[in-house]
Amino acid sequence: MINNTDAVRLLDSKRDGAVIVPTMNAGNVHMGLPSVSTHDELDFPLSGCMGKASSVGLGLALAHPERKIMILDGDGSLLMNLGTLVTLSNKAPENLVHFLFDNGVYAVTGGQPVPGAGRADWKKLAEGAGYAATFSFDNLEDLTTSIDQVLAAKGPVFVHLEVAPEIENTAVQFRQRARRTVHTAIRELPEAIGKG
Amino acid sequence: MTIHESVLHPTVIIEELKKNKFTHVVWLPDSETNFMYQLLTSDPSLDLVPVCREGETMAIAAGLWVGGKKPVVLIQNTGIFESGDSIRGLGLDINQPLVMLIGYRGWSRHGLTTDSAARYIEHILHAWGINYFLIETDEDADRISLAAEEAERTQKPVAVLVGSEFGA
Repeated sequence: MINNTDAVRLLDSKRDGAVIVPTMNAGNVHMGLPSVSTHDELDFPLSGCMGKASSVGLGLALAHPERKIMILDGDGSLLMNLGTLVTLSNKAPENLVHFLFDNGVYAVTGGQPVPGAGRADWKKLAEGAGYAATFSFDNLEDLTTSIDQVLAAKGPVFVHLEVAPEIENTAVQFRQRARRTVHTAIRELPEAIGKG
Repeated sequence: MTIHESVLHPTVIIEELKKNKFTHVVWLPDSETNFMYQLLTSDPSLDLVPVCREGETMAIAAGLWVGGKKPVVLIQNTGIFESGDSIRGLGLDINQPLVMLIGYRGWSRHGLTTDSAARYIEHILHAWGINYFLIETDEDADRISLAAEEAERTQKPVAVLVGSEFGA
């Protein structure tokens, strides 16, 4: 399994001007993109959006076809918005890479297993939905070796990552909030990426 | 006495969308918008983004809007019920100036409807504090412009209820 922070650190190091749309553990203030981001002016964090990070990312990708858009999704999130796989592949944005952080659990609610954990085949789901390229990795070494190939592939690209579950059991009201919120991103991102 | 039947034509709606410089129509077809598909797909100035479920529309629109585009959402009132959390989190909470064209399934000017889709929609919009306009004929179509102006001015979603099925 891949460590959550190792995965976001690697993706951040390879972003090369990409807008990154992280949600849930991939956007967690302690272990997600906010803890390692080197270009947070290009981060568009979304939390509590009931699986819609991929939909927001699709809108950004259509608005800015010249710029790479990287979605860092969660398995519980994607299950809430499964139709997005078909909606997204139907518009076929070549600049979009959809990473799935599959840890098998609802990490922010105490670690209950998501439906289909260990049974559903995410790579096949994305293939069946019509993504142009699909990948799956269960260890950091293979991901590191292949990441340039993944990011060079014509999109939409789907990348399944088998990530070690890290459960956050702190009561919601006491959890540390990210410095950069969705409101900050909405205010600052248009200037950072230029008008579409 | 000659009675002229007033109808709503999709060409008139599309002209309103173009006049207001909308760039993308994010939609899921419904009976009220049946005749629009062919026109939309043949018009290069409006990019059609079909979705599988209506809750995707506000989120896709949010990405387009942040990216500098001007999307409009076109769904049925049943889809609004489905989209509740998207309207909350990715419409109202982020101050998205979004125009939503909503097929008013079950609407009857005479008040005779057994369709709960019609019975609840205005109450739901009131609860969210979302203002709305009603269009039923070609003469009403310029209310889309009013909705677009209000959405920009208030930085909030504004609804346009489409109260009749389009004529061919």
